[in-house]
Amino acid sequence: MSTLDLIQAVESADSASKLFQAVRNLASIQDVAAIPILVQVLGFNNPGASVAAVDGLIGIGEPAVTYLLTNLDDYNYGARAWMIRVFAGIGDPRSLDLLVDAAREDFSLSVRRAAAKGLGSIQWEKASPHEAKSAQQRVLESLFLVCDDGEWVVRYAAIASLQSLANINPDFQPKITAKFNQLLANDPELAIKARVKLALLARGNF
Amino acid sequence: MEENIQAAEPLTVEEAISRLQQTEDLGQRYYAAWWLGKFQVKDQRALDALVLALDDELDRTNDGGYPLRRNAAKALGKVGDCTVVEPLVKCLACPDYYVRESAAQALESLGFPEAIAPLNRLLTGGVDAAVKCEGKPHLVEPYEAVIEALGTLKAHDAIPLIEPFLAHSVPKIQYAAARAMYQLSENPLYGEKLVTALQGDQLTLRRSAMMDLGACGYVQGAEAIAQAYAENSLKLIALKELLAHQFKLDQQELSPSSLKVMELMDSLL
Repeated sequence: MSTLDLIQAVESADSASKLFQAVRNLASIQDVAAIPILVQVLGFNNPGASVAAVDGLIGIGEPAVTYLLTNLDDYNYGARAWMIRVFAGIGDPRSLDLLVDAAREDFSLSVRRAAAKGLGSIQWEKASPHEAKSAQQRVLESLFLVCDDGEWVVRYAAIASLQSLANINPDFQPKITAKFNQLLANDPELAIKARVKLALLARGNF
Repeated sequence: MEENIQAAEPLTVEEAISRLQQTEDLGQRYYAAWWLGKFQVKDQRALDALVLALDDELDRTNDGGYPLRRNAAKALGKVGDCTVVEPLVKCLACPDYYVRESAAQALESLGFPEAIAPLNRLLTGGVDAAVKCEGKPHLVEPYEAVIEALGTLKAHDAIPLIEPFLAHSVPKIQYAAARAMYQLSENPLYGEKLVTALQGDQLTLRRSAMMDLGACGYVQGAEAIAQAYAENSLKLIALKELLAHQFKLDQQELSPSSLKVMELMDSLL
């Protein structure tokens, strides 16, 4: 089937399960022509279809970020939450501001979790070295704040991201190690302590 | 469960306690009992007021239920100490099923073995007696909560009482029995029963089996949880329980099992 056929199948789907199937088929071809309709699906309040659309948009990568960033104002809260997941999955530095805000302030813990995870997988090679340096500093500071989130799963994601940031920028290692040791001593959740231990081990800091 | 959207009205501890003690406004009392548990207020006056609320006769539903007692029992499960075990045990005989259920759950989370014998008594009559309560949407006793509590409380003597419930007609009760049997025997057979349940075709039952796997610490089930057809947020909660259980078992050192669980969790973020 051509992209056009696949798009038409999404547009004419008359049930939730047909929509899900059609979106999954369209998402799987990773064609830039599918971006607008996949983005539209994010606002449909059909979780299965939205997950499939998110996967499709992540697969398409950079052009999907460009499209989302130029049409930001059109989205409702539900669609924005899915959009954050797309940004987190792609890691384009242009979406950094949105990811930082979402990780720190979004109302939904699953969005904060996704955004915190995304901050650890930014494609820094796409930013200029100068930009990357100051942006990484911002990411570091934001992740430190996110380590105080009331929800364990958001803190867990922040720790995983700090672990990768320490690898990307070795200058941050002393600060990150100090933060990890603080969490190891104070976090009330055993699962968090375990993840911190893993992060410290991964960096040979025992 | 995932999103806590309840915007709690801010109270001070003093306000909450005095709202619980007054008897004019039943809604305020009900809210105060919930609030003290939610914010884990550790205060002797709060404990006393909550224990008193377990005997409340004013707040009644149309069918004779005791909503304030339910909330007070739940709160005591979060903030109670050994002194509240006895009053909670008394609640296991309350005519309101939901008070009995809340009390069983509270006794589970408090963790005192004194609760074992009274909980055992609710399983009297075994599976044959565990039938639907006439005219109500529940069985005659809160079997799921009781069996789960006995497993958590390490009630080894209860094994012969719990084991037959593996064959009860209600899937969630079967899962509770499998969870408790695994906690009490560490026989992987029971863990695998829950793993099989992850393949079921009802989402609510898959979720329930997933939470039971996490709660009983069957770490061999981690991969199956990660693969199950359910939302990531719930898989993460179940895996977190497994991880915490394993990490504690390993004296807070990393082990191949805990590393595997974290690898799965990282992939679900």
